[in-house]
Amino acid sequence: MLLHRSLKTTTAAAAAALILATGTVLADPVTDDELVVNGELELATEAEPAAHLDGALGDRIYSGWRFRDTETRAMQKDDFDNPMFLFVDAGLEAWDTAEGTEGKSCADCHGAIEDSMKGLRASLPKVTDKGELWSLENFVNDCRETRMGAEAWGWNSQQMKNMTAAIGLQSRGMPVDVAVDGPAAPFWEKGKEMYYTRFGQLEMSCANCHEDNYGNYIRSDHLSQGQINGFPLYRLKDQGPVSIHQRFVGCVRDTRGETFQAGSQEFRELELYVASRGAGLPVETPAVRH
Amino acid sequence: MFRMAAIGILAIGTATGALAEVAPDDILWQEDGSIAQSLTGTPGSAEEGERVMTTNALGNCVACHTIATMPDVPFQGTIAPELAGAAGRWTEAQLRGILVDAKRTFPDSFMPGMYKVGPFIRPGVAYTGAAPASPDDIEPVLTAAQVEDVLAYLMTLTE
Ligand code: HEC
Ligand code: HEC
Repeated sequence: MLLHRSLKTTTAAAAAALILATGTVLADPVTDDELVVNGELELATEAEPAAHLDGALGDRIYSGWRFRDTETRAMQKDDFDNPMFLFVDAGLEAWDTAEGTEGKSCADCHGAIEDSMKGLRASLPKVTDKGELWSLENFVNDCRETRMGAEAWGWNSQQMKNMTAAIGLQSRGMPVDVAVDGPAAPFWEKGKEMYYTRFGQLEMSCANCHEDNYGNYIRSDHLSQGQINGFPLYRLKDQGPVSIHQRFVGCVRDTRGETFQAGSQEFRELELYVASRGAGLPVETPAVRH
Repeated sequence: MFRMAAIGILAIGTATGALAEVAPDDILWQEDGSIAQSLTGTPGSAEEGERVMTTNALGNCVACHTIATMPDVPFQGTIAPELAGAAGRWTEAQLRGILVDAKRTFPDSFMPGMYKVGPFIRPGVAYTGAAPASPDDIEPVLTAAQVEDVLAYLMTLTE
C-alpha cells in the first residue's frame, strides 16, 4: 500500500513544521493591517466571492496586497511613496498632449480623465459592438489609430503602461465588475479552461499555484490568489511597472511553458476570467508588489 | 528491449556513461509507479544530490518541500510534504518513480516530472518561454545521473 497524503494534510504538516521552527505562522493573508491610502481612502482587501466562482476560492477572495511584506504594503498606502505615481503623472500628461495627423489629444474628445474614465478599469475586458473582446490597451490603441492618426503603442510599452495606470487610477476604490454572461460568456469559458490547463514541462495550471496553494510559500514567494485588481502595478523585483499580460507571460514561462503573446486573444480571454475571479474587490490601480 | 540495447552497447565496449543511460521513453515502469532499475547503472552521489535539490535551476525541491535535514537552506517551501524519513516510507524503486514522474504514484500531483520529456501542453525550452524548434529540444529537468544522485540523498533520509 502506498502512502498517499492529501495536499491539505501535507500543507498542515508543513505549516506546523514552520511554526515549530520559527514560532510564528508564516502562511495565509495578513490579518492585522488595513489598506488606507493617503490616510483617507479605505480599500477593502477581501470580499465575498462572486457566484460564478462556484466556491473555487472558498468563502473569501483576497487582494495580492494581503500576501506581501510590511514594507511593500506600506508603499501602497501613500501615493508619495508609491513609485507608480511617476508613471501616472506621465500618463496624465500624455492625456492632454495632441498627437498624430489629426492633431488631437485624448482630452480633446474625452474631456477630463477624472470624469470620462471613471469606472472603466473595473469593467474591463469587455465585448465591443463588433463582438470582439477588448482589454484597456485595445481601446487606447483604437483611439490612437482611428481617431488621432497616431501610431499604436506596444502592449507593454512604457507609454501604454503610463496611460493604463492613469486611466485605471480613476476607478480606484470601485469594485471589479466585469460582464461574464451574454456575449462575454464564450470568452469567459475559454479563459476558465486556460486557467485550469496544466501548461509547460512542469505541468502546472494557474489554479495549482493560485487556487490550491495561495497562502503557501513557493521558496520565498508567498503565493497569493493571483488577482489583477491592482494592475498595472509597480514590481519591486523588476524596478518598474508591469502589465497584466506581462505577469501572465512570466507565470506561464515559469512552468517551462511556451507563453502566449501579450495582447493575444488567449490572454485577453484569460484576463476576463481572472478579472472575474476578483469581482467585488476594489480596483487598487496602481498597486505595489514585489 | 531497452536492456538488450544497453547491454549491446556495453558489450562493444564503447559505452560512455551517457550512452548506457536509460532514456525517458525507455523506462520500465512497474504498475505502482516505481522503477526498479537504476537509470545509469552506477550508484549516485548523495552529496551531489543535495546540491541538485537546493539549486534553483536544477531540482529545486526546496521550492516546494520543507527538508529538515538541510537546516541551512533558507526559505524552504510549504507546498509539499517534509522529506525527512522519506526512505522509511518508500522503497528505492518507489522513490525513483516519484522523481522521474510523480504523477504515476500520485495522480494529478503538483510535483513536476524530473525525468520526463512529454507529452506536455505547450512545452517551452527551459525557462525561455519559447517553443522548441523540434520536440527533441525538450530536455528532461534533470539528467539520469542527477536523478540517481538525488535518489542517493533521499535514501539517507531513514528517519
Ligand atoms: C509555479 C507557480 C505559479 C503558476 C503555475 C502561476 N503563477 Fe502566478 N504567481 C506566482 C508567484 C510566485 C507570484 C508572485 C506572488 C503572488 O502574488 O502570488 C505570482 C503572481 C501572479 C499575479 C500577480 C498578483 C499580484 O497581486 O500582484 C498574477 C495576476 C498571477 N500570478 C496570475 C497567474 C495566472 C493567470 C497563471 C496561469 C497562466 C499563473 N499566475 C500561474 C506563481 C505561479
Ligand atoms: C512544484 C512542487 C514540487 C517540487 C518542485 C518537488 N516536489 Fe516532491 N512532491 C510535491 C507534492 C505536492 C508531493 C505530495 C504528493 C502529491 O502530490 O500528492 C510531493 C511528494 C514527494 C515525495 C513523497 C513524499 C513523502 O515523503 O512521503 C518525495 C520523496 C518527493 N516529493 C521528492 C522530491 C524531490 C527529491 C524533489 C526535487 C528533485 C521534489 N520532490 C520536487 C511537490 C513538489
